[in-house]
Amino acid sequence: MALVYQRTQGLLDVPFHYCPGCTHGIVHKLVAEVLVELGLLDSTVGVSPVGCTYNNYEYFACDMQQAAHGRAPAVATGIKRVLPDATVFTYQGDGDLAAIGTAEIVHAAARGEKITTIFVNNAIYGMTSGQMAPTTLLGQVTTTSPFGRDAATQGYPINVCEMLATLRGAVYVERVSVTSIKGIRAAKKAIRKAFLVQKKGLGFSLVEVLSTCPTNWGKSPVESLQWVDSAMTAQYPLGVFRGADLEVET
Amino acid sequence: MGRLSNRILMKGNEAIAEAAIRAGCRHYFGYPITPQTEISHYMAKRMRDVGGVFVQAESEIAAISMVYGAAGAGARAMTTSSSPGISLKQEGFSYIAGAELPCVVVNVERCGPGLGGILPAQGDYFQATKGGGHGDYRNLVLAPASVQELYELTVDAFALADRYRVLCLILADGTLGQMMEPVLYREDDAPRPATKDWATTGTKGQRPHNVITSIYIDPEILETHNLKLQAKYAEIERNEVRCETVGLEGADIVVTAFGTPARIVKNVVRMAADEGIRVGLIRPITLWPFPTKIVAEAAERESVKAFLSVELNAGQMVEDVRLAVNGRKPVHFHGRMGGMLPTQREILDTIRAIVRGEGGK
Ligand SMILES: Cc1ncc(C[n+]2csc(CCOP(=O)(O)OP(=O)(O)O)c2C)c(N)n1
Ligand code: SF4
Repeated sequence: MALVYQRTQGLLDVPFHYCPGCTHGIVHKLVAEVLVELGLLDSTVGVSPVGCTYNNYEYFACDMQQAAHGRAPAVATGIKRVLPDATVFTYQGDGDLAAIGTAEIVHAAARGEKITTIFVNNAIYGMTSGQMAPTTLLGQVTTTSPFGRDAATQGYPINVCEMLATLRGAVYVERVSVTSIKGIRAAKKAIRKAFLVQKKGLGFSLVEVLSTCPTNWGKSPVESLQWVDSAMTAQYPLGVFRGADLEVET
Repeated sequence: MGRLSNRILMKGNEAIAEAAIRAGCRHYFGYPITPQTEISHYMAKRMRDVGGVFVQAESEIAAISMVYGAAGAGARAMTTSSSPGISLKQEGFSYIAGAELPCVVVNVERCGPGLGGILPAQGDYFQATKGGGHGDYRNLVLAPASVQELYELTVDAFALADRYRVLCLILADGTLGQMMEPVLYREDDAPRPATKDWATTGTKGQRPHNVITSIYIDPEILETHNLKLQAKYAEIERNEVRCETVGLEGADIVVTAFGTPARIVKNVVRMAADEGIRVGLIRPITLWPFPTKIVAEAAERESVKAFLSVELNAGQMVEDVRLAVNGRKPVHFHGRMGGMLPTQREILDTIRAIVRGEGGK
């Protein structure tokens, strides 16, 4: 019988520890598949964040470094400056990237570091049990915004793609979601493009993936997907914010 | 820089930078802060000549994180800063210790607390030798007292860091960083380990993936990891103590001092001798590991009446001296803060008072 589908070689044969309905696993799979398809896996060094995916170094088959909370872009900078021919990526949540690590991501992008960031936005701190994140929507109930996020005292969500797109060093910035087959295909295309941008040495690339956290949202997996499509995409519109006309496939 | 026969007249900060390059450091990450900015200036120019990398980071936190990444990728990496910046690097220090990454950090100390002042001080002794970051870890801490020693210890720091996979910290004070003295380059450079087979350089399809991490959720595994670190630190304590001693034979008073104060004390030794007071000096060159045995042996000497620790702080190293002396002899302290240096005369006055039995504190 012909083999039509198998586990990607980019992931080790270890079961994920993520909650049912969590989309972190899908994003891992897409990153791993792209690295394999582009023939980059053997020369890749990934950087794990602090968050639910802190130990994704146990899943990715490439070399990995685990970084302190928010520092992944700086760690990746160190790696890339030592290994300019390697593919270097960070995988970061929204607390990691948009709160404690804001300076690191902004400056890695501003420097045009030739690294790729996979930014998983689930509008909440997953690992520490559902606190408000910088990306939490107005009115969203979390353990530290129990009455709903109130702009008067808790400010407004940060749109990371729109913010980074103002920087010349960030040459490719796109926001995708993984709530449908079509969305997953588009997300994979974006991730592929981001790694090709790096391979061509064009500058910093980032793909923001709108992601679910059914556990801390208090929603079923299906409700969670629907909430991404309705509430989250209203605040975080999908699309390319930098580099729409970059041609990297040739 | 100027030449003196085969010696080169250099500023302390430049000597650190040149030594790093000669020791094979090709990756430097820094953030500006007085009194060590000349290191970054030097690196910004020299790294281009030698095909190295200079990155001006967005903060000291980022700079030490870049060192983490670069060291994890197998490079000899360095960052330098001064006291407030070193406080910010403590997060990185702890992660580097946990992940066992070899690297070199320089602290050209200024005064604290807070923004303090830009003049020389030694108020970071506790932070350097007792931790500062979280968890049970040690950094190997070297304390130079001349520009030549800044050069040599920086070269040695890279070899020591690689040998033990630790962070090697050079604790200098602003006086040393700013002063000019002749430097003789050493022929031997810093020997490298045969391989860094743990580094993340890409698997090349030749080996299972390498992981650099400091997190171990399983308590048994984490305790084992900690025990392994402690065994390594014990080995460093056995092998790497460095110390200069002057005139301990027949000494009445033993002064302990490191860095700039040790230079002042050397003159005081001569002045005291003129009055018939025999003063010995113990100058720790490694602050961690501390030369506990050497201090303890001095405390056993019959001639020694008392110890005096002279520091640019409120009394920090003196605690390690007291632990080593362990009550056998009185231990006094003389310190200045805020960027003030003790004069030879005031140190001599304190020594006279101790001899008279009036003591310092
Ligand atoms: C310096 C520091 N502060 C706080 C924490 C605790 N902490 C662990 S994970 C996390 C939040 C992660 O949230 P996010 O980045 O959104 O990732 P997710 O878990 O949602 O995937 C925090 C605050 C830490 N480990 N280190
Ligand atoms: S807590 Fe949320 S983000 Fe974390 S694994 Fe569970 S569902 Fe995913």
